[in-house]
Amino acid sequence: MLSGCRRLLWGRFPTARFPRPPPAAAGSGPVGPGGGRGYAPPAERKRFYQNVSISQGEGGFEINLDHRKLKTPQGKLFTVPSEALAIAVATEWDSQKDTIKFYTMHLTTLCNTALDNPTQRNKMQLIRAAVKFLETDTVCYRVEEPAALAELQRNEWDPVVAWAEKRYNVAIGSSTSILGPNIPASTKETFVSHLASYNMWALQGIEYVITQLKSLILSMGLIDRHITVEKAVLLSRLEEEYQIQRWGSVEWAHDYDLCELRARTAAGTLFVHLCSESSTVKHKLLQD
Amino acid sequence: MAALGSPLRTLRGLLRELRHAGGRAGRPYRDTPAYQHVVAAFRAHRVTSEKLCRAQQELHFQAATYLCLLRSVREHGALHQEYHGKGERSPEEVAGLVGFRLPQQPGGKG
Repeated sequence: MLSGCRRLLWGRFPTARFPRPPPAAAGSGPVGPGGGRGYAPPAERKRFYQNVSISQGEGGFEINLDHRKLKTPQGKLFTVPSEALAIAVATEWDSQKDTIKFYTMHLTTLCNTALDNPTQRNKMQLIRAAVKFLETDTVCYRVEEPAALAELQRNEWDPVVAWAEKRYNVAIGSSTSILGPNIPASTKETFVSHLASYNMWALQGIEYVITQLKSLILSMGLIDRHITVEKAVLLSRLEEEYQIQRWGSVEWAHDYDLCELRARTAAGTLFVHLCSESSTVKHKLLQD
Repeated sequence: MAALGSPLRTLRGLLRELRHAGGRAGRPYRDTPAYQHVVAAFRAHRVTSEKLCRAQQELHFQAATYLCLLRSVREHGALHQEYHGKGERSPEEVAGLVGFRLPQQPGGKG
């Protein structure tokens, strides 16, 4: 029964397939929900590999932990199309110290999602989910009071909306009503057809960034390199930053959330760019 | 285009983050593939005949994004360790907070 409970706790772990580490890695391992000394989080996986390296296979680039090849949670071989992405994932694995903290490995998580597609959505479903965010886009939802916040929203968010309207030749607008802005169907179709030009991997990344920032417009600003990650996160959290300036910052909550949002957004943006680029180097000969 | 600042600053920040992130015993961080890739990419894009090079700006944006990722992961980990890393108290500690002691029951509870 004890080992059954342990397996139950481990089942929640979003982990890749590894050889099973020895049981009760910590001194007093998790006892289980039934009785004992109360809840202890499941014993963390210790770092069981020395070297992380990259190799090129048929499907793309693979990650090697010592001599073992990394696999996704569903057991597939972990392959990525881009070498820079593989290097970044390898760096994530390499930067784990004694224990493996999966919640810090955002690029690995994104690659696993792209490879496994656990929600089994096809391309059109992903695009629809992404464009649906436009109806409740953060930068389109304005307040009327307090006046300082309303003005801050106008000053900070209006330029981004104007940029998006100009860049994609659409009408978006903003609204103070609880129903949100009225987005015309042509606008949605424009975004749908624009997003359709990205491949499946990049779309997973785009949808991830939109979910983190709660805004399609800010995400497109990031994808098009119009704003930096720090700026996009600031704009997404504008009301919170306003309250922090007014009432003070609580480090273990505000800074914690800020760093986590920055990390996830940066990972998503980097993932999209690395999955949708193809670079060639042209060497020009010096003519003398 | 995004206001990114100087590429040198981004590069320096990136190398500093890689120094924190990598480096096992016996393998300095300069040997890691990430370090070498970053340095090679910056070197390759340094020389260009165009005044406003799109590829250069794309690379700089990518580098700045990666720098943001590494930095915020490190800061998030530090904050987590400091504030959220201790886990729950045991029942004995909880009782001790208000001055009680749990009874000794050699036969087990109930």
